[in-house]
Amino acid sequence: MTISALIFLLLLFAAFSYFMARQKITTAYRQNKQPSKIMTLPKYFGYVAALCSLLPSLLVLFVLQGVEEPYINSEISSFIGSQNIAASDDLDLYLNEIKSADTPEKIAALSEEKQAVYQRYHEIETTTQRTITAIVLSLAILLVIWGLRKINTETPARKVFEKIIEGILLLAASIAIMTTVGIVFSVLFESTRFFGEVPIMSFMFGTEWSPQTAIRADQVGSSAAFGAVPLFVGTMLISFIALLVSVPLGLMSAVYLSEYASSTVRAVAKPVLEILAGIPTVVYGFFAALTVAPFIRGLGESMGLSVASESALAAGLVMGIMIIPFVSSLSDDVLSAVPQSLREGSLGLGATRSETIVKVLIPAALPGIVGGVLLAASRAIGETMIVVMAAGLAANLTVNPLEAVTTVTVQIVTLLTGDQEFDSAKTLAAFALGLMLFITTLILNVIALHVVRKYREQYE
Amino acid sequence: MNEAVLNELAEPPTGVNAPPETEDSLNIEYTDTVGQPMCENAKFRTKNVNVFYADNQAIHDVSLDIGAHQVIALIGPSGCGKSTYLRTLNRMNDTIDICRVEGQILLDEQDIYAKKQDPVLLRARVGMVFQKPNPFPKSIYDNVAYGPKIHGLTRNKSELDDLVEEALIKAGLFQEVKDRLHAPGTGLSGGQQQRLCIARTIAVQPEVILMDEPASALDPIATAKIEELINELKENFTIVIVTHSMQQAARVSQRTAYFHMGRLIEVGETDQIFTNPAHELTEKYITGRFG
Ligand SMILES: Nc1ncnc2c1ncn2[C@@H]1O[C@H](COP(=O)(O)OP(=O)(O)OP(=O)(O)O)[C@@H](O)[C@H]1O
Ligand SMILES: [Mg+2]
Repeated sequence: MTISALIFLLLLFAAFSYFMARQKITTAYRQNKQPSKIMTLPKYFGYVAALCSLLPSLLVLFVLQGVEEPYINSEISSFIGSQNIAASDDLDLYLNEIKSADTPEKIAALSEEKQAVYQRYHEIETTTQRTITAIVLSLAILLVIWGLRKINTETPARKVFEKIIEGILLLAASIAIMTTVGIVFSVLFESTRFFGEVPIMSFMFGTEWSPQTAIRADQVGSSAAFGAVPLFVGTMLISFIALLVSVPLGLMSAVYLSEYASSTVRAVAKPVLEILAGIPTVVYGFFAALTVAPFIRGLGESMGLSVASESALAAGLVMGIMIIPFVSSLSDDVLSAVPQSLREGSLGLGATRSETIVKVLIPAALPGIVGGVLLAASRAIGETMIVVMAAGLAANLTVNPLEAVTTVTVQIVTLLTGDQEFDSAKTLAAFALGLMLFITTLILNVIALHVVRKYREQYE
Repeated sequence: MNEAVLNELAEPPTGVNAPPETEDSLNIEYTDTVGQPMCENAKFRTKNVNVFYADNQAIHDVSLDIGAHQVIALIGPSGCGKSTYLRTLNRMNDTIDICRVEGQILLDEQDIYAKKQDPVLLRARVGMVFQKPNPFPKSIYDNVAYGPKIHGLTRNKSELDDLVEEALIKAGLFQEVKDRLHAPGTGLSGGQQQRLCIARTIAVQPEVILMDEPASALDPIATAKIEELINELKENFTIVIVTHSMQQAARVSQRTAYFHMGRLIEVGETDQIFTNPAHELTEKYITGRFG
């Protein structure tokens, strides 16, 4: 029986439990007539009965599924050992070949010896599958019967149900948190491996970045340099340009939308602005590379400046446009949430609309505005595609926006794409860069939090 | 007077969805405003004012003078248009898109709705205190200093300090807050917040102060303080106060105007209105309230 069919059956049992338990309680209530007392609704007993069979059997199912694969593998390898079949060096590869034979043609194509192994594999798999199904189903049936017998009007069904809900919510929250923690730890672990090969100081303060190591000794440029400074400077430069564009424009459009625009204009303009964030970044990328960069170049040259064909300015400008909605949409929401009474209080003192906005509304909405800017900043720091297309891959250490620069994320991509040996310093460098990026954004968040605490003006 | 009507009036309807008027009150034919809507030495003269919210007329043909350096109370059942009328006086209605004002409103004989009039300047001359205290989420000092700073009323910091102190003293709040001028204004009690809002308004040195139920969110002691304050303020300011409490109207005002369903029913000396109302509706409202 397939897993989905099994799960479907479990759900069916749960539904059955639900209706039976509800029925039982309803009847019980009817018999011991206590009309004045407020009683737990029968549906809660139903929920409890249903979950009491569903949750444990699902749990058992998943655990068994988890151990199934290792069990089968060990069985097969012992079979191979007992048959004295000379399996190739790589057992995993060998097993994979057998397991992937799922059509008659593929089975026929296997060697005779392998076919025997395949037979064995098939047997083991079928029996384990059957065992799992049997265990889970009987457990579910037992739990349904037990639950239905146990449940009565004295069961604290509402309380139990609340506890179960709480548990499910906790589970959801912890999955998110655990995943994050897991990622952080794996990055941390791989980074320490990298720092085993490249000294941390030369990574953090080195000013040269050329991760190509020589494969053969006679190649030129054989020594790799892993100085991350040019990448971070490049990232900061582009993000800074992007924020320089998006913060003023975003904030001003937010102010316009929430304070000046009529409701019809607002209803149209807000979604249109939000579309900006929905355009795929690759589209922005070629817009930057094909339209903006040449334009900047032409403009620069007409003023007698030398502009690289790929420049930080082009990437930053286009990225700035892209992240406007992050600033404007959030700021607009928080500005609109400032109570009307504050607006009227200020206007009532003879303040103009713009004075009211600058002196009362923006300070009151500051936390949300900073939140929007932060969101925009992290988008800018993490953005890759636009940079690849418009700012290039050259790791120049410069703060001149007219030159080509590269960013951390772009380098991570180039480090990891293509066939790579996973253990080389080159690939491990990607983890170290990721870690640094993570720490940078964390620091940014902490600073922003402090700014907000210090300057926020809290209403109600 | 019939028993049912008295009961009806004893509990004035609240909220916008006021129950329909009793047949009895609708049968009384509306004539012109009774009493003396005009007065000598008027600060505001309003003539045939109509106010619409979209197609909904909230104020019907109201003509009323507001005398300088006195307190006029606007009373009437909920939804009768007191706030709407009050907000025409400093053009606060401009902030509501669908609101339209017709008629003439003269402040010192100048039409405040004239094209060349600047509503911002007008609001500096005609201050407003709201029903719910709405201090800015700034320090007490900054709340009071807000208006003077905007209008450039002082030349330096020490002048501003003096102005803030003076306003707080006039609003009867200084003693309570003098040690924490830089604590947030939102941290004060409701009554203190309302006095802070009054101080904020006074600091701009307006000529008229509009108050929309300034004490309705306050306890009796805080209310008494505000009323005392109003009595003192009328020396220097013209005050228009909307109130639901007839005792309050009687205590603080010299003239009283009774509104009913968007119309001005009766205006007169407060003493006369409360002891000897001329219009049947006024009498019903007042007696209903007093039991
Ligand atoms: N912003 C608005 N939009 C549409 N209609 C409004 C608006 N404000 C008030 N009105 C309507 O105008 C009428 C008068 O309202 P107003 O607020 O002036 O009454 P009020 O006398 O102040 O009542 P209350 O004593 O409850 O404050 C009501 O019918 C109300 O529904
Ligand atoms: Mg009102």
